[in-house]
Amino acid sequence: MNKWLETFENFENLNGDELWEATKDTLVMMAWSMVFTVILGLVLGVVLFLTSRRQLLAQPVVYGALSLIVNILRSVPFVILMISIMPFTKLIIGTTLGVEGSIPPLVVAAVPFFARLVETALREVDRGVIEAAQAMGASKSAIVTRVLLLEARPGLLAAVTITAVTLVSYTAMSGVIGGGGLGDLALRHGYQRFQPDVMLVTVLLLILVVQLLQTAGDRMVRRYSRK
Amino acid sequence: MSGIDLSVRKGEIFGIIGHSGAGKSTLLRCVNLLERPTEGKVSVGGVELTGLPSSGLQKQRRRIGMIFQHFNLLSMATVRDNIAFPLKLAKKPRKAVSARVDELIELVGLNGHADKYPAQLSGGQKQRVGIARALANNPDVLLCDEATSALDPQTTNSILSLLLDINRKLGITILLITHEMHVIRTICDRVAVIDRGEIVEMGDVADVFLRPAHPVTRDFVLQVADSSDSRALAGHSGGRVFRVNYVGSLTYEPILYNAVRATNVRFAILQGTVSRMKTTPYGQLVVELIGSDSEIEAIAAQLRIEGLDVEELR
Repeated sequence: MNKWLETFENFENLNGDELWEATKDTLVMMAWSMVFTVILGLVLGVVLFLTSRRQLLAQPVVYGALSLIVNILRSVPFVILMISIMPFTKLIIGTTLGVEGSIPPLVVAAVPFFARLVETALREVDRGVIEAAQAMGASKSAIVTRVLLLEARPGLLAAVTITAVTLVSYTAMSGVIGGGGLGDLALRHGYQRFQPDVMLVTVLLLILVVQLLQTAGDRMVRRYSRK
Repeated sequence: MSGIDLSVRKGEIFGIIGHSGAGKSTLLRCVNLLERPTEGKVSVGGVELTGLPSSGLQKQRRRIGMIFQHFNLLSMATVRDNIAFPLKLAKKPRKAVSARVDELIELVGLNGHADKYPAQLSGGQKQRVGIARALANNPDVLLCDEATSALDPQTTNSILSLLLDINRKLGITILLITHEMHVIRTICDRVAVIDRGEIVEMGDVADVFLRPAHPVTRDFVLQVADSSDSRALAGHSGGRVFRVNYVGSLTYEPILYNAVRATNVRFAILQGTVSRMKTTPYGQLVVELIGSDSEIEAIAAQLRIEGLDVEELR
């Protein structure tokens, strides 16, 4: 036990305030990037779904183009994406550092991911229900807002949960470019200053955040499932 | 599909029967243009739908209710919200929606189920929700796409009698498709038989099914017959065998007895059905007549004079 504690330097490097600040930063980054991701990703996901083959607005060319962009953004590793959009980040936020500076790259990375999950969730909606709505004289916009988004709600909530969890690991990575938050703390103290105790605690905190998100998400999905 | 020329009269229940893949579903979906015909016109209640822009079509579709084999209810909405859906689409005021929904729940017999979700209902109850939803905007026409095919026989009958009730009480024209002869016989006034995208036979239900001309129609008639003619023939003992069909009030007359009484001919009924098509009684007998040829011919002639349909099988 002593040996083990020694490995972690008796947790002497831990600083409560610093940990709390970092946790708060992570949560703030998460919250803001989730807000933008959900809004933009939902729109993109709905457009992807509607323009795909045999759907309401079937537009193979539009779908193909959007799909390609989504695939490109999703295949670039997050660290590289983050660095490569720095000029863009600087343009809209004014800085590439800190909590604010991490939000644009997080959103750019998460939107295509979330949009694909939205597209998949919408695909799960029974075609018959869409057809019934058409037969009742529903317009296309009514079908999206009153049928698709309603029927896909459990799937959409699951997509939000998965995206939030993915964002946790992305926020940690944004520490690499001075993004702030738990990842930044782990990197600066745990890695660069060889403080394994800080590393351990930040990782535990990240696990806790993920665990809480997943549990809350699962509960929401269950609450809105009717099957 | 080709050469489809079909007109349904106001207030009737018209059935389209065909095997799966015959094109009946496509035909039905052409009526509200869920499927757009490549050529030709579709008119409902004097309005030509094929010529309308999409907003006009949306408006007209509210006059055409539709129910489905798999019900197609919103799984995330309660019975109440499902029924309210078309009313909200038509932008009815909130109070009117709620009153109309209560009325419809009563009409289809779903009292006490208003706040349940479709997953908590049986198949028959789900179809009742579908019917209530289809009737919400007081349509002139109700399209039924295999509405009872996913239901057990008992539930099928309860849904059929609900449809018949609606047709009588509200005067709604019903156009249905099915592959079950039973459905046609129970509620339809007229029927069209469809095969490989073409209508092969059409007319009053009793006419079409008592004198089936097309092989596909004969198949469907056999669906409800207890046994086939050939099996009936296996038991006969050497006389001449006739099939005798009769419809309407004749069903209850002792016509066969009267015709045979004056002769020395004896008869045996090899097979027989006496039943109803919707409200029309009918009988279909396979009879063996034993006696002299001249007397048998005289009996057959007498039956024909009385208005029966007589056909010698052997």
